[in-house]
This record gives sequence, structure tokens and C-alpha cells, in this order.
Amino acid sequence: MNEEIIKLGFALIYGIATILAVIFLGLLYKGIDRKLAARFQSRVGPPIRQPFRDVSKLFMKETITPENSVSWIFHSMPLIAFATALLIILYLPIGPFAPILGEYGDLILIVYLLAIPSLAIAVGGFSSGSPVATIGAQREMVLMMSYEFPLAIVVLSLAWLANINATGNAFALGTFTANPVWEMVGIVGAMGLVLLLASIFVVLTSELSKLPFDIPEAETELAGGVFAEYSGRDMAMFYLADAVKSFAMVTLVVALFFPYNLSPWIISQFGVELPAIMGIPIAAYVIDLLFFLFKVFIIMFFAVTFVRVSLARLKIDKASYIYLVPTTIIAIMGMVFIYMGSAL
Amino acid sequence: MADTTYTFPIGPVHPALKEPTMFKFVMDGEVVVDVDVQPGINHRGIEFIGMRRNVLQTLHLAERICGICSIVHQYAFTLATERAAQVFEVPERAQYIRIIMAELERLHSHLLWAGVAAHELGFDTLLHLSWKIREDVQDVLEIISGNRVNYAMYYPGGVRRDIPPEKIPRIKKVLDHYKENFQMLADTFLGDPVIKHRTVGVGTLSKKDAIATSTVGPTTRASGVMKDVRFDQPYDAYADIDIKPVIPSNYGFEDAGDVYANIVVRLIEVAQSIEIIEYALDNMPSGPYRAEMNVNKVLMMLRKADGEGFGIHEAPRGEMCHYVRLKENQDNLDAWKVRASTYNNILAWQKKLIGQQIADVSIVAASIDPCIGCMDRVAVVDSRTGKEKIMTDVDFHRLSVEKTKRLRK
Repeated sequence: MNEEIIKLGFALIYGIATILAVIFLGLLYKGIDRKLAARFQSRVGPPIRQPFRDVSKLFMKETITPENSVSWIFHSMPLIAFATALLIILYLPIGPFAPILGEYGDLILIVYLLAIPSLAIAVGGFSSGSPVATIGAQREMVLMMSYEFPLAIVVLSLAWLANINATGNAFALGTFTANPVWEMVGIVGAMGLVLLLASIFVVLTSELSKLPFDIPEAETELAGGVFAEYSGRDMAMFYLADAVKSFAMVTLVVALFFPYNLSPWIISQFGVELPAIMGIPIAAYVIDLLFFLFKVFIIMFFAVTFVRVSLARLKIDKASYIYLVPTTIIAIMGMVFIYMGSAL
Repeated sequence: MADTTYTFPIGPVHPALKEPTMFKFVMDGEVVVDVDVQPGINHRGIEFIGMRRNVLQTLHLAERICGICSIVHQYAFTLATERAAQVFEVPERAQYIRIIMAELERLHSHLLWAGVAAHELGFDTLLHLSWKIREDVQDVLEIISGNRVNYAMYYPGGVRRDIPPEKIPRIKKVLDHYKENFQMLADTFLGDPVIKHRTVGVGTLSKKDAIATSTVGPTTRASGVMKDVRFDQPYDAYADIDIKPVIPSNYGFEDAGDVYANIVVRLIEVAQSIEIIEYALDNMPSGPYRAEMNVNKVLMMLRKADGEGFGIHEAPRGEMCHYVRLKENQDNLDAWKVRASTYNNILAWQKKLIGQQIADVSIVAASIDPCIGCMDRVAVVDSRTGKEKIMTDVDFHRLSVEKTKRLRK
């Protein structure tokens, strides 16, 4: 009994610490992204701590309820988006640390949870009663319907791969951490994995609603679209949800495709014993965490920053087409390659 | 149809619009079924202010009608004043300096537009690139006139400042720099697949419609209409230079009148302007740069003048007209009428916007390079009861006849 309470208390503290750390990291990555994008465009750009300032300022600002909005839906959606984004984090392994809720959910749950912040944004847009937000919300829905399909194909292909090659629950993220996908396949399968990675990169941009797929917000067309009526605390919640979800989404890609840690390699390569305190390998944790943050940075750089400075915004029909036809075909091809690789 | 449509407002203040104006769209899903443009929000009564000041004061007021196309108003106003007074013999050097300034203005205006168009497409990197390139021409304008905007260069009977020979190498350096970078800019704008997808076939204006709505400037040239004041009725040193209106089909593009054709026209005009400036710098004769240096004498000459003049200048956005009437022994202008190019071009909005998607509205609206500050000359005033009255052409004709009768008394 006593032991369980201690375990629960530890999990609680661990969970809160993770959440706070992820909020901090999400905002930090947002700041880095903005700074790098600015340097790409030969601007000075905002300081890296600007997102923190933005959030604290938004929390101080007045929260306005539009006259013809459905106020309880309007105000609850930002909370739902933020809470779900945080929930996803608890199911994902952050670097060397295993997910807290890892035993209670699997990949399928994460894919569903990832859809909820976007849904909340769309519902919030519809409930705000502004024509601009309504159009933005419609676009958000169309976009979601388009990119969920390739995303599902990627996840299913990987789960199928894990099912035949690894022991344990094929949909659990722990399985992927223990058995990196690249080790399960031959050359043909690796080609398939590259295709899957490419399609998830395309999905990533849209999932995070960044250019060229920031169509629901489209500043110059819809004046902020779904967020047109949001202000103050509600806006801050969406802002935080976006930061956390960006981090979560990239973490998912890292967990699925690049679950490698650096410390085992260092130990085997140099034969050094990394210092540990009270049986906890602190040094290995620090190295692995930094390596994980580096992986997240690399993926964010190529999937978000680099893409958003080099493309113009697409139209909704074209964006939907890109997901439903080319991206889906690439994902299916990846699936076929993996199947062929395993069958051979 | 009536059940599925809804109205969607853009304006009076909207990130897609750089200046306040109002669109009311009737939408079916994402497609525009009908559009009502309601300008008149940015009216400042500048003509009224100008008619209460003397010509030289109004000269500087004219420049402040618009921040971007400042110099074109001053140019057209100066031309109109000179034609009304008919006493100024503009020296040849001044004529060359005038067209150098006008073409530098076109350079910076077109580059500014290119940046704005990129921003409307959500391509902010290209916005910053275009505006970085634009900084050089701004530097040149500052070197010549001392200002980045509102250069205050034109003057009845010449220009206010000379371009001394020691400044010419610096200007040429920038022009060479532009010639080197032009191809890069053209490749980015005309070759990028996403820009092509967003602009080809978007906001088309047929040649017939372009003529029917009497659009001017790049908007009409993109539809293949050969219309350019510098070519049709050359003024000042433009008469010495062989200028051909830039229409896309002469350069291997289609005269579609879409946004892409607008980009083509403006980019080629940048190259054309560089050529004109170079020619003008090389062939600028020496001599005085103003007919009469004494300000008081100029004012006296204008006071004695009696008559009316019509000044037309090919602004970056198209034909820009100023009408000026001077009366003997009267310091202030007797009449002043401005018709900016945007006034003609907004008529094309309706033709261009119907059938487009809502996502295209901002870029189509931007494709005519609207300058609302220049355009809003007519205010619709609500009556004291708060009722709005829509004026028809019959009303305007009646009012005009009444006004003419009053003036004749």
C-alpha cells in the first residue's frame, strides 16, 4: 500500500515536471524557429525569449467574448486543445525517459489525441460566430480530413512491421523504442521507411499549421482565420497548445523513426563508465536528453523552419489534393516496400 | 442559389488591404459569386485644402496625397500648372532630371509591389528579398533629394535640385547592381511553382474588359492593351527616348491579364526603367535646372496667369491626371482635380474577382496595385437624418451642371 502511494506520488511529480519542461521547450523551439526564419529572410528577428513574452502578455490581456458566439464552447475549446496537447506528451518518450502513461495507451490513441487540438480549434472557430473564423474552421476540417489518411497509413505500416518483427504490443511506443524500425528491415524495407518518413514530414507541416499549409489562419486572406476572435487568455492557451503540440508531434517522429540514444554508443565506443549517482545514470540521462533535443531541433528545422521560409501559401483545394493524392501514394508505396522487404 | 450563398466582408481594415477600403462578397463556399466595392473611407478632402493655398504650397500638398506614389502627383501637378500658366520654359536638363526621378520612383514602386504581392501569397521570404533590393533605390533617392519619400523635386519651370556629376557614379553603381540581381528576382517570381500555381489564371481580365473598364497602367498592359502615356503622348524628355509599352506577349508570355501577367509586366518595366535612367544619365545636357530661381517671381508669374491645364503622367500604377485652373490676380488655385490611376483600375476588380476563391481575393486585389489614398476623391456624405443616398450618374450630371452655372456667375 505504502509503496503504491510513493509510486503514485513519484509519477505525479514526474508528470508535472515533464509538462512544465515541455511547455518551456515548446516555447523555446518556437523562439528558435522564429529567429532562424528571420535570419533566412535577412531580418534581425525577435529575441529567442519572445514567445515567453508573448504568452505572458497574452495572459495579461483582456479576454473578449464576441457578441454572437456560443460562449461556453468558445471559452472551453482553448483549454481542451491545451490539455490534449499536454496529454499527448505524457504518452511519448522524452529522450531517455520512458512515457509516464506508456502502459495505458498506444499509437492509435496518440493519433486520435493529435486530432483533438485541431478539432478544438475548428469548433472554437465555428462557435465564435465570425464569418472569417467560420471559413478558417471549414478549411481546418478539410485539411484534417486530408492529412489524417497518410498519417494513419504511416502509423499502420510501422505497427505492422513491429508486429511481425518484434515481440510485445505492436502499437505500443515502447516497442519502437526498444526495437528501432531501421533494424527490422532490409534495403527494400529501408526505402519504404524513407518514403514513410517523407510523407510524415509533409503531414507534420500541416499538423502544426505552418506555411505552406497555414491555410486555416491565412493572415493575408482571413486575418487570422480560426483565431480571428480569440484574445487574451484563450489566445494564450491556443498559443501554448501549438507550442506543446509542435514539440509532441516532432517527438512522435523521433520516437518512431529515430529512437536511438547516444550513451550506449559512447560506452561501447570509448569503453568509459559514465558516472551515476545512487544507481541513477545521471550522466547518461543528460547526454541522451541533449541528443534527443538535438534530434528534435534537426527535424523541426527541416520540417518547419526550412519549409516555411521557402514556400508560398497553397490554396485549400491544392493542399487537400497534395495530401489525398501524392502524399497518400508515397505512404502506400512505403507500405508496399516494407511488405516486400519483409516477404523477401 | 440563394440558399447556399452568404456574404463575407473584407475591410474596411484588413491585413490584405494596405489602406482602408471595403469589399462585400457574396460567396458560395469558397467561391466569389458577386462583389460590391465600397470605397470612400480614406477621403481626406485634399483638393479642398489645396484650393485654399497658393500653387507652390499646393505643390507640396499634392506630393502628400500618397506616400508611395508621392512624386507622380507632384509631377502631374507641375505639368498641369505649367500648361495652365504657359509662361515657363522648362530647361532641357530639368526635363531629364524629371524623368530620372520618375523612373527611380517606378523602380521602387514596382519592387515594393513585388514584395507586397509575395506577402499576399504568404511568401514572406520573397517579400524581404524584394524589399532588401528596394533599399538600394531608396538610398539613391535619398542621395539625390535628401529624402526616402516625398522627394520634393518638381517645381513649375524645372526641378528644385540638380543632380551634380559627382553623384552620378553612385547612381550607376546601384543600377549595375540591379542589372546583376534582376535575373535572380525574375527567376524567383516567374519560375517558382507555388507562385505559378497561385497566380496563373487567377484574376484574369480580358482585353475587351480592360478596354471597356478603361483600366490604365500595368493592369491594362497585362491584358495586352498598348497603353502608356510615355508612349502615347510623350512629355518632357520622354519624347527623346524610344519607349515601347510593355505587354507580356512581346516577351513570350501570354496577355492573360491575370496576376502572373501583372507580375511579368511590372518586372519587365523594372528593367525598362533601368534602361531609361541610364540613357537619361548619359544624355543629360548641361545648363540650368530651373527656368526661374526666384520664388517670389515664380509666385508673381503664377498670379498673373490665367487658364487651365491638364497634366498627365504615367505613374507606376498607370495614367495619373491632374487638372488645374488658375485665375488672374488670385493666389490660390481656382480649381484642382486629381484623378489617380487606381480610380480607373478599381473598376477591374469586379471583373477580376468574380469566380475566384476567397484565398485569391487578396492577391487579385493587390494585382492592380491599389493606392486608396490616391483614389478616394469622392465622399458620399450621409444626410442629417442618417439616411444613405446612392448617387447615380444622373445626379452627378445634375450637380455638375449646377456647379458650372454657379461658377459662371
